[in-house]
Order: sequence, then structure tokens, then C-alpha cells
Amino acid sequence: MTTTGVYHTNYRSELRLRHTRAEQVRLWMAVVLVLLLPFVLSPFWLSVANRIGIAIIGAIGLNILTGFTGQISLGQGGFLAVGAYTSGLLVVRLGLPTLVAILLAVAFTAMVGALFGIPALRLKGLYLAIATLASQFIIIYLVRNWEFITQGRDSISVPRPELFGFVLIGDFRWYWPIMGSAVLATILGRNLFRSGIGRALMAVRDQDIAASALGVNLTKYKVMSFAISSGFVGLAGALTGHYRIITWERFGLNVSIEYLAMIIVGGLGSILGSILGAIFIVLLPSGLEQFAISVRGVFPQVTAQLPALQLATFGIVIILFLIFEPRGLARMWQRTKDYFRLWPFRY
Amino acid sequence: MQTFIQLTVSGLANGAILALAAVGFAIIFKATGVINFAQGSFMAVGAYMVYTAIADFGWPWPVALVFAAAVAIAVGLGTERFILRPMVGESAISVIMVTIGLAFFLEAALQFQFGTRPLRMAPFIPEGTVQILGVPLPMNRLVAIGLAALVLGAVGAFFRFSRNGIAMRAVADDQQAALTMGISVRRIFAMAWGIAAVTAMLAGVLVANIQGVSGNVALFGLLVFPVVILGGLDSIGGTIVGGLIVGLLIQYTAGYLGGGLQQVIPYILLVFILMVRPYGLFGEVRIERV
Repeated sequence: MTTTGVYHTNYRSELRLRHTRAEQVRLWMAVVLVLLLPFVLSPFWLSVANRIGIAIIGAIGLNILTGFTGQISLGQGGFLAVGAYTSGLLVVRLGLPTLVAILLAVAFTAMVGALFGIPALRLKGLYLAIATLASQFIIIYLVRNWEFITQGRDSISVPRPELFGFVLIGDFRWYWPIMGSAVLATILGRNLFRSGIGRALMAVRDQDIAASALGVNLTKYKVMSFAISSGFVGLAGALTGHYRIITWERFGLNVSIEYLAMIIVGGLGSILGSILGAIFIVLLPSGLEQFAISVRGVFPQVTAQLPALQLATFGIVIILFLIFEPRGLARMWQRTKDYFRLWPFRY
Repeated sequence: MQTFIQLTVSGLANGAILALAAVGFAIIFKATGVINFAQGSFMAVGAYMVYTAIADFGWPWPVALVFAAAVAIAVGLGTERFILRPMVGESAISVIMVTIGLAFFLEAALQFQFGTRPLRMAPFIPEGTVQILGVPLPMNRLVAIGLAALVLGAVGAFFRFSRNGIAMRAVADDQQAALTMGISVRRIFAMAWGIAAVTAMLAGVLVANIQGVSGNVALFGLLVFPVVILGGLDSIGGTIVGGLIVGLLIQYTAGYLGGGLQQVIPYILLVFILMVRPYGLFGEVRIERV
């Protein structure tokens, strides 16, 4: 049946999240893997896994905006900062429970995102990129200088939150809420694009004038895209804030670029791509670090030049993906699947 | 009054350097439609090349400048041929990201070779101060203003009078028409990247001469965005006016208001301009509205 492709005879089957039995099996395998990982990983790789979980949430958020709606954002770092500071300060200053603080941070970041999305109503492409670049600098400036609210350049350490009677301390206990949030973000992301809202967003990306002729309210959906995306990013930011200490240095322009790299390497306009890209971009520097440590005896200069090596690899990966596989890891995965499905034929 | 004059001269010097960096950016955008986020890295490459030619090879500074220009042209042409030509026809975000990737790569290459410690540029521009109207003014800033004016004038004359300059304007205006007139668009693209790389190199050297050779030269390059948006993305004259306005604004803010506000004031101006006049002061009114 599936050897020549997956066919749909009605809308119900097309809207289904998993079309084939193989997809169901792979999903369950992924679930088992996620559940088993914390018991087998070393502490170092467990902390990497946690960072990947947070990155997945942020990457899905950015992909909703940039990949699915076609609005470039270089301000991701700024929105992460909004989420982290809102949630952290609500706990530290007002003593709110962590869960409430995180939810409020998500809502507040979504509001800020919608506000910064207003220029997007008039600007496209590179103009929007530059406008969001400005928002990145402005947000970080405010964070650094509104000392009476944010403690300025000092870091804030949030007290360890308690969840269902467990104090969240250490990577093993953090793994569960982070991965839970990442799974939730994935489910929300996948389902968003089965709904009318999601289809409207993609219509805005593909041809905004045609979309508006079809009755898609551009103003509403662009602002909504900024708000939804920033909501995800706010969640990622809030989690970063509670997981580690909050400092403005963690939300600079390079973070915005890292997230853009995730969705480009993973695949624009693909939830699976966001996940793969987040895994790839977070693993890359850690992998190089482990490689440098393992060859320390033979090539000591590799360790000395590690930061430059990580930077160069990051740059080269972005360039190579854009030139040779602009649709990213998601497309590579698709092609690999096709290859085995059709084997021994080429097509 | 003395403070005012000093701030004005520093502002004009920074503005002239910014204009120099931004003019290359504008040339690339006008001729090829590419937003080059690696412009700051081109500046840093230029600064490091002049540094290494003077300090490590012991060459006199005119030779060092020629050497740096040669490297800059090689980097510019290489970028055009191997990185941006395969990207023709891709979406804006892909083109932006590929130049960002290039910026990271160049930064890393410089780190490999020179480390991250800031280096002091061999002073080939006379140091010391001169008294003008009874106000002591640093010599290197005055020279920077003069040099930038000279180069910008040369670029302007190139576009106005030379055969290649006119061909480049023709390509910017209408690629198809230029092709039918027998202009090689590929050569024009290569030329645009070459000129942009050389002007960026000069800007980088001037920045490095004032604040030392380090990765911060590339950060200075981020300020080209407010400059080009203010002046109009496709206007050469606009980048000069934009550069001077942004340079003065930063210095006056630093001198009279302080508090780090000078770091964001260009971006606040940028957002304001995008809201009221997205095509800038002198840009062509061609922006697509939705």
C-alpha cells in the first residue's frame, strides 16, 4: 500500500497525525527512548539533554513564526529574556508558585511578542529582520538598565521550585518537567497546523496578497503568529531561568542566531525539523568538546582552539546546509525513508 | 563648548567610518540584492591583515594596505562565487543566514590565527593632538574623517563617471535590460563584492586604529544597519548622511546623557525610521507594503 506513496481518500485521513503503522511504531520507540534516557546517561549528557529539551520548545516557537508564517525574527534572545525574567522575578519578588509564574511569563511574553510584531504589519523580509534585530538590542538594554526591576547586570538565582512534593534540584529531576514541556510543545505545534489558524498562517507565508484575497485577515494572523511563537519562546525562557540562574548574558544576539540555525538545519516549516535541529545544534558544541577531550593526548592544540573550532563548525554547518540541503534534516529524513521504502528501485 | 566640539569631531570620525562600512553594504544590496551580515567581519579581516603585515611581516604601511586590500578582494570574490551564487533565488531568510554563517566562520578563522586578546595596531596614522579653535582634537580622528571622505568621494566618482560604475548602476536598475545591453551581470556582482570588501577593510583599519584590533571591530560593523536604514538601503549618498547622523547621535548621547544609552539609541532611531519612513531619507520608494 505505502510502497508508491501515502494516499488519502477523505479529509479525515489526511488530517490524521500519523498516517502509517510505521509512523506509530516509530513514535512509540521515541517515547520509550525519552523515558529510558535519564537512567542511562552520564550527568554531563543528562544536562545536555535538558538543554536540548528547552531548545526544542524555543525552536518550535521560532519555527511557527519564521518557518510557517514566513516572518523572520532575529529577536529570539530578547523574547527568551522576557520569559526568563518575568517568571524569575514573579517568584523572587512576589513569591508566586513556580507553575503560576511560568504560565504568567508565557502570557506576558506572548503580549510583548505581539507588540514587537506590529512593525511586521508593514515590513517584509530584510526590513523585518533588521527591525527584530533592533528589538533584540532594545530588550537587552532595558534588562540591563532597569535595575530596580531586573537587578541589572547581576544575575538572579531563583529558589529551587517544588513540583508535586519534589524539590527540583539536579539534572535528573529537571529532566521530567523539561521533557514534559517539550512533548507538550510538540503536540501543540503539530496540532496548530491541523487547524484553521495554522492553515491561515501558512497562507500568509506562501502568498500574503492571495491569502488576504481569500479572506485571511493579515493583521490579525501576523500579530497572532508573533504572539503564539513568543508564547512558546517565553516558556523556553522561563524554564531556562528556573533551571539555571538568570543573567542577561544568556540572551544575546548569538542566541537568536543559534535558534535560527536550529530551524534552518532542522528544516523550515516542520515541527520534526525543529526537534532535529535543536538536537543537532545543541549537540554540536558538546560533541566537539568531548572529541577535543578524547584526543587531548595526541592533539593538545585542539583543546586550546576549542572555542574557535566550535564557532567555525557552527558557521560552516549553516552555510553547507543552506547551499546543499536548504530544507534541512527533516527533508534528509524524508529522503532516507523514501530510499528504503522504494528499495531496490530509485523511484 | 569644548566638549561639544570634541564630541562633534569624534562623532564625525565615527560617522565617517560607519559611512565607509555602510557604503559597501549598500553597493552589495543595490547590485545583487543581498543583505550582507558579514560586513562587520570583513572589517575585522581587514584590520587583522593590516596588523599582521605591519607587526609580523614588518612591511611598511602602504604595502600593508595593498596586501590587506588583496586579501579583502579575495575574500569578497570567494564569498560571491562559492557562497552567494548557489543561493540566487532563495528566500530572504536563507540569504541572511548564509551571510551570518560566513560571519561566524570568518570570526573563527581570525580567532584561530590571532587569538581573542585585543592587539594594538601599529600606529601608522600620526598620533597626538592638534589645536583647532583652541580645542585639542585627536589627530587620528581627523585623519579618519579625511580618509573616509577621500574614499567615499572616489566611490562616488566611480559610479558617476567610470564605465564599470555606470554598468553597475544599470544592473542595479534592471538586470534583464543590462544583460541585453551586453553587460556581464556576473562580473558586476563580483565587482560589487570586491569594492564592498575593500571599503569594509579600510573602515576596519580606521576603527582598529582608534580602538585596537579585536573582535569588537566586527561588533562596530553591526551599526551599519541603523545607518543604511536611515540613509535608504539603496542610496550611496544616503549612507554618508546616515553614517554622520548615527555617529554624531552616538557621541552626543554618550557625552550628554550617558548611562549606556548610546548603545541602543541607533536601534531606537532605526525602529522609529522603519515605522515612519521605511525607505530611509534618500532611498527609492519601492518598499512592498502588505
